[in-house]
Amino acid sequence: MSREDVTILAIESSCDETAAAVVVNGRDVRSNIISSQIALHTLYGGVVPELASRKHMEKINQVITEALETADVTLDDIDAIGVTYGPGLVGALLVGVAEAKAISWAKSLPLIGVHHIEGHISANYIAHKDLEPPFACLVVSGGHTHLVVVKDYGSYEIIGKTRDDAAGEAFDKVARAIGLGYPGGPKIDRAAREGNDQAIHFPRAKVGGSVYDFSFSGLKSAVLNYLNGCRMKGEEISVPDVAASFQKAVVDVLTEHAMHAVDEYGFKTFALAGGVASNTALRASMEKACAARGVRLCCPPPVLCTDNAAMIGAAAYYDYQRGIRSDLTLNAVPGLKLGER
Amino acid sequence: MRILALDSSGMAATAAIAEDDRLLAEFTINYKKTHSQTLLPMLAEAARMIELDLNTIDAVAVAGGPGSFTGLRIGCATAKGIGLALNKPLVHVPTLEGLAWNFWGSEEIICPMMDARREEVYCGIYTFENGKLRVLADQEALPVRTLAQRLNAMGKRVILLGDGSLVHEALLGSILTAPFLIAPPHLREQRASSVAACAMEYARAGKLETAAEHKPSYLRVSQAERERALREKAGRQTDGAGR
Repeated sequence: MSREDVTILAIESSCDETAAAVVVNGRDVRSNIISSQIALHTLYGGVVPELASRKHMEKINQVITEALETADVTLDDIDAIGVTYGPGLVGALLVGVAEAKAISWAKSLPLIGVHHIEGHISANYIAHKDLEPPFACLVVSGGHTHLVVVKDYGSYEIIGKTRDDAAGEAFDKVARAIGLGYPGGPKIDRAAREGNDQAIHFPRAKVGGSVYDFSFSGLKSAVLNYLNGCRMKGEEISVPDVAASFQKAVVDVLTEHAMHAVDEYGFKTFALAGGVASNTALRASMEKACAARGVRLCCPPPVLCTDNAAMIGAAAYYDYQRGIRSDLTLNAVPGLKLGER
Repeated sequence: MRILALDSSGMAATAAIAEDDRLLAEFTINYKKTHSQTLLPMLAEAARMIELDLNTIDAVAVAGGPGSFTGLRIGCATAKGIGLALNKPLVHVPTLEGLAWNFWGSEEIICPMMDARREEVYCGIYTFENGKLRVLADQEALPVRTLAQRLNAMGKRVILLGDGSLVHEALLGSILTAPFLIAPPHLREQRASSVAACAMEYARAGKLETAAEHKPSYLRVSQAERERALREKAGRQTDGAGR
């Protein structure tokens, strides 16, 4: 590492992954440690906030130590600490925030509070070393469905978002209804590969007043109605067909809105981000649509799509370069809006 | 020995820096519940004013529970972060023992209690004998009535403290036959100086933890776990009836 290099220790605990990473100059990931709680929450069919907070507390020091050791650095080599402070589960966020503040104080290191979604978008800087703003990005996860124009580092305009359920939330709810369980995203993705995505026609919701906004609660209800109808008529339900047809409806809407933005704004680069960006059908659909328009599609590998701290380190680096610092009063902000501080 | 002490388990957030024979600094805020925004700034300010070289501390003490789940985690994560950064051990001080230290030396019955909702309190029963803390009943979550009956059975005068002593003052007054006093404000709630004093004893006895292994003792499982256990119990009973 040269003297000009900026090495950031990043911490993420906004939902059900306890994560820490060491990232140099925003794009060079030296370590990316994730302790997943999926096995714990599977027992309850979804994330239990209090249990998530407790688990973060038990794991956070091990995860940070492992991130430093894997990167072969000590805290003395670190230039700044980045931490997710929102949006997310307040109790879960507080663990990372309190820990990061304490380390920052004890080692006199600058502290940077990072927006979780900004982190997801920034995962693309790690995966695509030459990627620079401006570009458009679709952020899809269990908690978020945002169509964002990335105008510059740290400068965003949200042009579309969900009016009700997040895309990932719809996956979880439908997965539960067809007996696939939690986490819904990967389970539906896998089941759908064996199914016919034309078998059942589910609605593609249009939202009044905005061509870019999303709505997934109607689709979820349509799936539940279909399942009830089958049960009443005594018809057998094909789980793979329901999974494939539901997934197709989500992917169609996401792709259509994304491409509408590309056509309207004339972007030459489009990025995917968030846990649902790992969905193979969404990737395939977006690749095809982008290729047809001569648009470059960027998408991080799955390990950078799921909640992780490397992406927080990437976002923190660009905040650091712009002189953004948080002080010891930094608090968790569960409903933090993108672009707010 | 030099100890940093923290307590954010209850309504007050409090931080102190203490040596064997001197309390160097103490900072307590009991105003709304903003522990996340006050705890570390208080500690930092206290440390700055006494020009503390952080590398000279021997341990970080923290009230490890019971208490507000979120409050405990703020204190715990702060202590763990400092411990990790400075490579110092932690001292886990049971919250109610720390509170009992507010009445160091008293040979009356000392009963700190924190409101635990659901008509229960987190409580313990202590006394001091020749300056040494004696645990008469270890800390646990109890219905207020059960605690009062226990104190009545002891039949001795009791000092009640902690936020629970105010929340449940009327109920306690109606059940307690043992004579009692409710602690005045300056001794009623958590004080990091008491946590530090208690921690000194633990540290001298070698009762230290690494920052990595430390975690709060909540004394209660989460609601989700409680409900799941009930469902499983109901399921087992149904299975049994079916056989």
